[in-house]
Amino acid sequence: MDKILSVDSLNVSFNTRGTIITAVNNLSFGLQKNEVLGIVGESGSGKSQTVLSLMGLLESNGAATGSAVFKNKEILGLPDKELNKIRGNEIAMIFQDPMSSLNPYVTIGQQMSGVLRQHSKDNKKEARDRCVEMLSAVKVPSPDKRIDGYSFELSGGMRQRVMIATALLTSPDLLIADEPTTALDVTVQEKILDLILEVKEKFLMSVILITHDLGVVARTCDNVLVLKNGIKQEYGDTEQIFYSPQAEHTQELLFKSRELDEPLQKTEPNIEPQTSASIKKLSVFFPLPKNNFFSKTEHLKAVNNLSFDVKEGEILGVVGESGSGKSTLARSILKLQKPTGGSISVFGENILRMNNKQTKKFRKNIQVVFQDPFSSLNPRMTVSEILAEPLDSFFPKTTKIDAIQTITGCLDDVGLGAGFLGRYPHELSGGQCQRVAIARALISKPKLLVCDEAVSALDASIRAEIIELLLKLKQHKKLTMIFIAHDLAVVKKICDRVLVMQKGILIEQGKTNTVFQNPANQYTKDLLDSVPVPDPRLEKEKYRKRLSNRN
Amino acid sequence: MGNLKFVFFRLLGAIPTLLALICLAFFLVKAAPGGPFDMERSLPEEVEANLRAAYNLDDPLPKQLFKYIGDILQGDFGPSFQYRDFNVTELIMSGFPVSLRLGAAAILAALFFGALIGTVAALNQNTKIDYLVMFFGMTGISIPNFVMAPLLILLFSIFLNMLPAGGLGDGSINNMILPVTALAFPQVAYIARLTRGSMIEVLGSNFVRTAKAQGIPMQYIVFRHVLKPAFLPIVSYLGPATAAIITGSVVVEQIFGLPGLGRYFVQGALNRDYTLVLGVVVFYGCLIIFFNLLVDILYGFIDPKIKTNR
Amino acid sequence: MNSREKNKSNSLLSDAWRVLKKNKAAATSAWAMVVMGLMVIFGPLVSPFALDQTDWYQISAQPGLASGHIFGTDDLGRDLFVRVMHGGRISLMVGLVATMVSVIIGVSYGAMSGFIGGKTDAIMMRAVDVLYAMPFLFFVILLMVFFGRSIFLIFVAIGAVNWLDIARIVRGQTLNLKGKEFVDAARTGGATTTRIVFKHIVPNLLGLVVVYVALTVPQVILVESFLSFLGLGVQEPMTSWGALVNQGARQMETSPWMLLFPGMFLATTLFCFNFIGDGLRDALDPKDRTRESG
Repeated sequence: MDKILSVDSLNVSFNTRGTIITAVNNLSFGLQKNEVLGIVGESGSGKSQTVLSLMGLLESNGAATGSAVFKNKEILGLPDKELNKIRGNEIAMIFQDPMSSLNPYVTIGQQMSGVLRQHSKDNKKEARDRCVEMLSAVKVPSPDKRIDGYSFELSGGMRQRVMIATALLTSPDLLIADEPTTALDVTVQEKILDLILEVKEKFLMSVILITHDLGVVARTCDNVLVLKNGIKQEYGDTEQIFYSPQAEHTQELLFKSRELDEPLQKTEPNIEPQTSASIKKLSVFFPLPKNNFFSKTEHLKAVNNLSFDVKEGEILGVVGESGSGKSTLARSILKLQKPTGGSISVFGENILRMNNKQTKKFRKNIQVVFQDPFSSLNPRMTVSEILAEPLDSFFPKTTKIDAIQTITGCLDDVGLGAGFLGRYPHELSGGQCQRVAIARALISKPKLLVCDEAVSALDASIRAEIIELLLKLKQHKKLTMIFIAHDLAVVKKICDRVLVMQKGILIEQGKTNTVFQNPANQYTKDLLDSVPVPDPRLEKEKYRKRLSNRN
Repeated sequence: MGNLKFVFFRLLGAIPTLLALICLAFFLVKAAPGGPFDMERSLPEEVEANLRAAYNLDDPLPKQLFKYIGDILQGDFGPSFQYRDFNVTELIMSGFPVSLRLGAAAILAALFFGALIGTVAALNQNTKIDYLVMFFGMTGISIPNFVMAPLLILLFSIFLNMLPAGGLGDGSINNMILPVTALAFPQVAYIARLTRGSMIEVLGSNFVRTAKAQGIPMQYIVFRHVLKPAFLPIVSYLGPATAAIITGSVVVEQIFGLPGLGRYFVQGALNRDYTLVLGVVVFYGCLIIFFNLLVDILYGFIDPKIKTNR
Repeated sequence: MNSREKNKSNSLLSDAWRVLKKNKAAATSAWAMVVMGLMVIFGPLVSPFALDQTDWYQISAQPGLASGHIFGTDDLGRDLFVRVMHGGRISLMVGLVATMVSVIIGVSYGAMSGFIGGKTDAIMMRAVDVLYAMPFLFFVILLMVFFGRSIFLIFVAIGAVNWLDIARIVRGQTLNLKGKEFVDAARTGGATTTRIVFKHIVPNLLGLVVVYVALTVPQVILVESFLSFLGLGVQEPMTSWGALVNQGARQMETSPWMLLFPGMFLATTLFCFNFIGDGLRDALDPKDRTRESG
């Protein structure tokens, strides 16, 4: 089999006001025809910059040296005029964020035809027909209508399909996919990855797939290139990389991705655990903007008739994809969102019928840690001011000395020291900010802690630390936790029971082990199956099953 | 049918504004200390009685308001206080054509040159051309047009003797060049800055990156993908731009001695000709409301997000 | 790639200072304004001539060091330098005071609209949209014609012309802040609405407000000059740059310095404030604060 791409000693560096930063350092690799190569690494590893340099899409302060031979032609450093004959034509690229990668001011058809006008001799009608054909090949419903529509009328998954269709119009030899599914829900991700494999077979393309998710690599790639800080760590076929990794960094990455495989000892509840919170028939509807003054107002049913209990001392997981309503649920329980119907009772009291004084007492007992560590801290306040605020609120009579003691104590609890008191959030890392957020939540000595995607925005390595911290604190402070996440692995590891939500409806609930091993509902089954695991053989099995299910 | 509905509702939205404007004007007249009839010299009783009758000042307030609105909608702004032989409507009709020529030329020039210059700057970001344009832009918004106008006269009329220093003359273009330049200059600068900023933002967006990755050459990218979204803010700005040009015309007509509406306005202001001043404000106000309506509708036809919701 | 600035202190003053130092145009402008301020305050004090004093021997005299009239004199024999300096006092003072009026109105309106949200916000912003396209100045002149020309009215009227931009921007930022998680966190932390507004929202608005103060000053000075030019602004014996330009324009064929000096001072001031405002805005742009990771 011949080599379609050969990269030799690639160096990519950026000149920021005099300082030179090397993003890719002396990288060499090759790509065969019809091969899927995965380039994997953490953020900052240089994986995107590698392919961007090949495509001539580096920022203006970037420079690439070395060699990249594509189909026996040197393409690195080629002037735009020459490069334009190749990109979009023989090499196609799709990007991470389908939301912003399509022009919302131009119809889908115009964008797609634009590619054909550039690279082929089709006339208007021929081009349009080809585009419709391609849209249905990637399974976009009603392609002849969608083609005259705009990108904002489509969901994320659909937009990515459109991008793939556009890429395929010129039957490229190489498809570069830069984190194509990172921004998508897990069930949608599965379909898009399958689609990529399908078109790869059909069009006999080579694919370079860039990702940080080892499960995705295990599912789709033939060979793997592991990068760290722009330097090649290891290269090999998928089986070898996953089952006998040689490089230390590869082993590290594999370890981190499998860390969450072993579930914790789940706390066995007391014979009759108290109910910390009871949610009955909760509904939260949002009115949608009306088309004109006279039409009826439609509603978005974010939470629809939900009922469940939270038992004292447990960690209750709430999982679901985007739009499932889990965050709305959290906000309702925290009394940040007024429900449209139903009741919420926390520690025996109906929170929807509280006056201000009662509300304050309620808030003392229930606290929250949010998803984005940086926007959950006021950038203009120091750490000590941030922590002092709830203290002032709930324990107004605290003396200054006691206050400092309490605050420092909480900082110690989360693994930060008194040295952090005077710092501002932008001086801290993501993990540190999240620790401060946790410390803030603990100041009031709450009994119930809501974690709304508290670890989702953190790097993989930090994630494990924070999870460990949360578990330790739960133990010490005897907390009950509601843990909201879309990452099933984390939920599997730490939650005693789990709620599965889809589009505002409670699909399933039960003990974690039960739900994960024997899901009762088809959606749960799909959800669990679609999570890619870093085990190539397992993934191939699942793939075969999916294919046979389809036929 | 969606299109017509859209236009209709937009029109409906403009009417309250129009009415609010007219009511405001009316109440201003009523509220002014001393009112239009307390002038320096006292009037003989019968004249005053006649005026009172003519203006229905003895009728209840709501009835006066309705009559006022009715008059305005029929184009009757009442008699001028300053120019005894004319009523306001006649004065407006005589002055408006001049101001219209001036203002329309200025808006078109501002749009054309501003957009052009801004685009050129954005496409050559951080080069000498860009800095030159930015400097020009800064100058344009920092030098008031009543400073610019005399300077232009100084340079082109007095020193270089190329163009007339003022007046309508024979109505030829030569007489319009300097006034239009003075009037349009700050807007050219503002629009240039606006265009540049908007274009740079759009040029940096992800869908432009996609187009580059598809091998589409830069000139096509600019025409097919960048121009439309980049120019939307300029369309929005047309309303305020017109307001600024109308405001500026006051000064420019004064300096160049052009008998336009702006000049009548200033004279009226200095001579306390209430009805004239009021009439001009209401007239221009209505014009602007109407113009904004057009711009709004135009925007709705260009921006797909609004288009598809229709 | 991680491009996070290590700031020593996050206070507003140090932010602004650091930014100003880097931007050469803005820094030069800031110094120029300081010099200007000193000139208009102390200029008349060091000059041997008074504001109204007629020098009968030097009517419409050219600028010259020998006569002591370094800017020349006007057609009534008054020293132009002193007049320009006095004019500067008025122009700058009106600039600052009217800007304060503008900012107070604009910030209150915008913050309230953004914070209350919902239908109230929609209505308030629609009102701003409508007003934005009105020739406000015309209404101001109208008010002056009807209600007389007190200096107080001038301040308020001018201030009322320019609050729309600030209102819009403040409302946008308020909405942005309202959605931030630290506001929710404050609420769950038991903070009252008042506390949230003053401790969380307002401090995060201040940066923006500073930028717009700098950008509004030139606009306001422009409006005042405009009015004075038309003869509707400050009355004699007070004078402002606008009025001086008016006088200069009428005499420019014979005494161009009467136009050039006040015109230059006016334009320079506007220039400088625009540069400062631009510079501040570029630096305090929230987009610069987001973190990047490659």
